[in-house]
Amino acid sequence: MSVVALSRTVEPLLSVQHLTIGIPSSGGGHATLVRDVSFEVGPGVRYGLVGESGSGKSMTLKAIAGLLPRGVEVLEGEIHFDGDDVLTMSPHERRRIMGPRMAMIFQEPMTALNPTTRVGKQIAEGPRRHLGLSKADAQELAVDMIRRTGIPDPARRARAYPHELSGGLRQRIMIAMALSCKPALVLCDEPTTALDVTVQDQVLRLLAQLCDDMGSALTFVTHDLAVVSQTCSRLSVMYAGRIMEEGNVREVYEAPQHPYTEALFQSAPDFDDPGRRLAPIPGLPPSLTDPPPGCPFAPRCQYAIESCSTGSKPLVEVRHRHLSACDLADQIFGGTR
Amino acid sequence: MLSRLKFVPMRLLQAVPVAFGVTLVVFFMVHLIPGNPAESILGAQATPAKVAALTDQMGLNQPVVQQYWHFLSNLAHGNLGESYTYQVPVLTLVWQRAPVTLLLVAYSVVLMLIISIPLSMLAASRPGHVRDHAVRVIPLVGLGMPQFWVGVMLLLVFAVGTGWFPVGGYGDTMMDHLWYLFLPALTLAISISPVIIRSLRASMLNVLESDYVATARSKGAGGRSLFAGHVLRNAIIPAVSIVGVNLGYLVGGTLVIEKVFAIPGLGSMLIESIFARDFPSVQAVALFVAVFVVLVGVLTDVVYTLLDPRVDLTQRMNA
Repeated sequence: MSVVALSRTVEPLLSVQHLTIGIPSSGGGHATLVRDVSFEVGPGVRYGLVGESGSGKSMTLKAIAGLLPRGVEVLEGEIHFDGDDVLTMSPHERRRIMGPRMAMIFQEPMTALNPTTRVGKQIAEGPRRHLGLSKADAQELAVDMIRRTGIPDPARRARAYPHELSGGLRQRIMIAMALSCKPALVLCDEPTTALDVTVQDQVLRLLAQLCDDMGSALTFVTHDLAVVSQTCSRLSVMYAGRIMEEGNVREVYEAPQHPYTEALFQSAPDFDDPGRRLAPIPGLPPSLTDPPPGCPFAPRCQYAIESCSTGSKPLVEVRHRHLSACDLADQIFGGTR
Repeated sequence: MLSRLKFVPMRLLQAVPVAFGVTLVVFFMVHLIPGNPAESILGAQATPAKVAALTDQMGLNQPVVQQYWHFLSNLAHGNLGESYTYQVPVLTLVWQRAPVTLLLVAYSVVLMLIISIPLSMLAASRPGHVRDHAVRVIPLVGLGMPQFWVGVMLLLVFAVGTGWFPVGGYGDTMMDHLWYLFLPALTLAISISPVIIRSLRASMLNVLESDYVATARSKGAGGRSLFAGHVLRNAIIPAVSIVGVNLGYLVGGTLVIEKVFAIPGLGSMLIESIFARDFPSVQAVALFVAVFVVLVGVLTDVVYTLLDPRVDLTQRMNA
């Protein structure tokens, strides 16, 4: 079998097509949180969804996991995981894949663990249910998973309650829990946002390494560009519920193809150029109940022209495997880079 | 685990000043009741001379403060006095009757839990749904109606009407007791369930929206495994203290209910003693109830500590 044929036959592990998420309301004026979002994640790939608060990145992730908050619904689109349409699954089928096929790591390690249950038992819960392990075997696996996250004295830690552990340790426990059934896909919702920067780095390395060991793909939601560059190989930049740009991490960093991505880079500090002034993005994100026509970033965009505020702005491939939703991508970024 | 229960002996010692305060209040209160014990013992036909003689013999014409001192010094020797009515030590009477009342209270709590937990789960699983509103409103009827009336209605329907349950009494064997006490315990359970249901429903909703329940769902927990494994224990913690507070109220309720169902417990003993001006009996029952309420408070904290590993009451004690 040739290399070319192999790479072509790889089916995406996760395929999100035209996903639209909103809060339906009987009185009209319902809010749309995610609009027409499509992307694919291949097996073993680490994929980042980047955006500011309210960009819809977390809702997209929760829709994939089937954990949308009460009142929030998928209005349109499809989510296929491993060939199965997860949106039409029964709750029972859904529970059977949550854990062994798809797992999730949450933002707040302080509140994401059950306060009245020992962490070892919480890790063992998934393996007991899905792998059919006995209580003792599952407990042994839990201790082993804790050891693999680099926590010293894992057998003692397994008997600890969450409040007896620090934030970094708790997030390692979360990672051990998520990976305990060797899932094909790990969904991460800002897993390091609540941690100190030094701990953040260790946790990210650990997560990347364990996912590599187990061959798990990663879908990583964050607002932090540095975190994506450290962790992921491909990313989407989201704004106002839409994908603005999608590409390989290195290419997007070197040559962003959307004004929003560029503005995002300029508003974040850069350690290679510490003297540079940060450039905040003027204005506010658009209303979710009454979005402006055309490009949602147009009212805040320094390059915007009249035509930006009309018509739909689909993602278009501007370079090889590099997509942008900006009509003017070629004019703004094309020739100069 | 056990080290977190070090607060218990200290808390039990705190029962002593509370009990002392109760004796003080109760002693002076019973002497405010109009009527003379000697008169009730001798009956309406007794001559004033005979009544005066007996009053003198019982020491009831001494100053009240002196009588109280006498009572306290007896109490220090474990002697609560003799019942005027029955001429036996009141402690004997209390020990005979206390198990009846304690069984009634425990039975009510069990029935209350059997009623409250499923109903609050039903309500919390679909907030805003018709069944949620039904669960929140219908039990309020139980809260609004006086206990004795609920008791009488249950008697009329399920004892007099259908004959399923006895009209009153206590029975001889444990199975008998459970059968005889069912309606009275149900009456008490109906009266406190609404409060517990509301508190459980609210805390279940809180827990259901918590991050760790989302984590549990992401591990494939759902339905029964989610409720049993993650929701119930965390939701019941705030309700425990409410049950504890309401137990005091429940003991008050037994006074009336024991009378309605003719149960030979402490409640009916207290009412009879008050009517008979049987001061030592009244004091003994009041003292017993006070100690019981304090013990329930300690028990509440123990349960709390066992359910929630974050609670450490020993630290607060040392601080």
